[in-house]
Amino acid sequence: MPGADGSLNVQVSPAITGRSIIRDGALVRDEWTWIDDDAPLPVLTRARDVLVSSARWRRDRAALLTRGGRVGVRLQTDELAASIADDVGHLALIEIHVHKFVDGRFYTTARLLRMRHGFTGELRATGDVLPDQLFFMRRCGFDSFELRQDKRVETALRALESFSVVYQGAEDQAPLYRRRALG
Amino acid sequence: MYRYDAHDQQLVNERVAQFRDQVRRRLSGEISENEFKPLRLQNGLYMQLHAYMLRVAIPYGLLSTAQLRALALIARRYDRGYAHWSTRQNVQYNWPKLEDVPDILAELAAVEMHAIQTSGNCIRNTTADHLAGVARDELEDPRPYCEIIRQWSTFHPEFAFLPRKFKIAVTGSSSDRAAVRVHDIGLRIVEDPDGPGARGFEILVGGGLGRTPRIARRVRDFLPRRHLLSYLEAILRVYNQYGRRDNKYKARIKILVDALGVDEFRRQVEEEWEHIRDSALELTDEELARVSGFFASPAYEALESSDAMIQGWALGSDRAFGRWVAANTRLHKQPGYSVVMISCKARGKAPGDITADQMDGVAEIADAHGFGQVVVTHEQNLVLPDIKSSELHAVWRKLEALELAEPNVGRATDIIACPGLDYCNLANARSIPVAQEISESIDDYDYLHDLGELTLNISGCINACGHHHVGNIGILGIDKQGEEFYQLMLGGDAGEDAALGKIVGPAFQRDAIAGAVRTVLDLYLARRESADERFVDYYRRVGAKPFKELLYARS
Repeated sequence: MPGADGSLNVQVSPAITGRSIIRDGALVRDEWTWIDDDAPLPVLTRARDVLVSSARWRRDRAALLTRGGRVGVRLQTDELAASIADDVGHLALIEIHVHKFVDGRFYTTARLLRMRHGFTGELRATGDVLPDQLFFMRRCGFDSFELRQDKRVETALRALESFSVVYQGAEDQAPLYRRRALG
Repeated sequence: MYRYDAHDQQLVNERVAQFRDQVRRRLSGEISENEFKPLRLQNGLYMQLHAYMLRVAIPYGLLSTAQLRALALIARRYDRGYAHWSTRQNVQYNWPKLEDVPDILAELAAVEMHAIQTSGNCIRNTTADHLAGVARDELEDPRPYCEIIRQWSTFHPEFAFLPRKFKIAVTGSSSDRAAVRVHDIGLRIVEDPDGPGARGFEILVGGGLGRTPRIARRVRDFLPRRHLLSYLEAILRVYNQYGRRDNKYKARIKILVDALGVDEFRRQVEEEWEHIRDSALELTDEELARVSGFFASPAYEALESSDAMIQGWALGSDRAFGRWVAANTRLHKQPGYSVVMISCKARGKAPGDITADQMDGVAEIADAHGFGQVVVTHEQNLVLPDIKSSELHAVWRKLEALELAEPNVGRATDIIACPGLDYCNLANARSIPVAQEISESIDDYDYLHDLGELTLNISGCINACGHHHVGNIGILGIDKQGEEFYQLMLGGDAGEDAALGKIVGPAFQRDAIAGAVRTVLDLYLARRESADERFVDYYRRVGAKPFKELLYARS
């Protein structure tokens, strides 16, 4: 359980095992199963929704699409939006693994997946995901986050609400100058 | 000037709360210094040699007197009674305590100021011509566009972690006082070549100083102004994806433009731009009108031209006043008014430093004789933009009393210098003592006056914070086996004829550099065609050879 000091004010199901994800302002259990590149695809009854690397996706695309469950792909920081653009219609989850939080390429990847390539599934950040960047990530189109393990969920949820005003347009809002004009 | 509405105020208030929370978590150990570093940098908080340094944003250099008084108050209450103007038209405090910074930010927010994005690998304070709004050669005031860019870039969620810092400058005049050609993006307001009356921007990209100095390349001849933000966003998006991140010294956009070639870079930007040009990023006429309205001219009195009177003073028998008028005033677009340049480069003082009392004094003058506004220049001086020419003598007297009447703006002792080894942990050599020594060696005001227009810039290391590449005379401090040496460069220019200076020859020892500068100045004075031939013009005509011969004659 996160929050060693017991100050966590989020309802967490005691049944949670494995990964916990911040989604819609709460900590929830992750329903996705990561499959290593060399592991066999699991039967549907054991794991319905599977997450694979982009290499595995390209290799086993047909098998993944016909097995019946949902498919997600994990991108590394250096895999930019164009690398998966043609496939987004088949995917229910795109996870971007943040290698180092200061390497900001993934913000553009996220925005392009949403606005250019029309990805409407879940867009998730994992890896070096820290509370103080979540606000920016969400504005760029991320809707779920796996916080780095040593970070406090409480801080992260607070950071998501850092600002009630934003100037520029992104994946959540139009630019303020268009909203100001409306009064 | 721009005034905050409820949205703008809410945003800076929330920033103060956010940073207060971040500092608390840092002090409690919840976040490591490595994680805190980019957070504090994006709030202008550096760790320097002896202490934290806080850099406060002054958007395009423009301050109200209320803001200037608040800066003075912060200098007294939280620092050692002084502050320092930076070359990005910002202000720096050298001795704040980390735990005080949230309170300082709250003081700033109360006067519509902040420290957002004054450091870090993000879009920095957008700079502008310091004579914006009052220059005679101005086509259009650049400040409304700077404010629009400020708002667009403030907490832009996509561009907070770029490969490297990113600097934008805007000018609306034919004379380039904003050094737009040595910025990551330089914007020049120009007329539409196809439709007179319509305005837009010439777009220059990939200029910069540092280890790999570059003059910006032209990416677009004309961009209609309504597309400003979509085009900036396209440039930033290409850079954020493809700029190098493996080596911080190769990470600026100039290196990407070099690597791709300007034609391929332009193709990628234009391709991205085609996707977004007709999106919500397109500026609305209402927004342009709303922001421009804040920069309308003040209520000038209808007066006769004062040009002849000013000329008379400059050449007149009161030499102290005349020298000051000649060096420290500029012709104003409005008849009967003058622009006053306040030198923060007094002899023997650290260039760009100002005391709290001086700040209060300048605020008093701006209220009594102007319209309550002061501008910080990227040369680390101040401007009183709207002074009635008939009051120049009174203003000069007051500035003299404040020790702010050094008659040297745009002259050889108006030195741009970085903090250097005395303050900065990157520096290889001292900058400020060298600047002081040079300005003390030019102890004769007639000699200084005679030298005329000349820029002299000093950096304490190759990161070039003192802009040595674009000084007519540039000095770079280097380290040779633990000893400070200084390279001398000539011919640099940050203006519309932008050029990078060239190294004259072997570097000089610490005790020889001021003498070498004097040799250069004496040679120019002795050999120029006339007083109308500026130092940089003379250098362009004759090249480095005569300087080289004289400087290295004995070796």
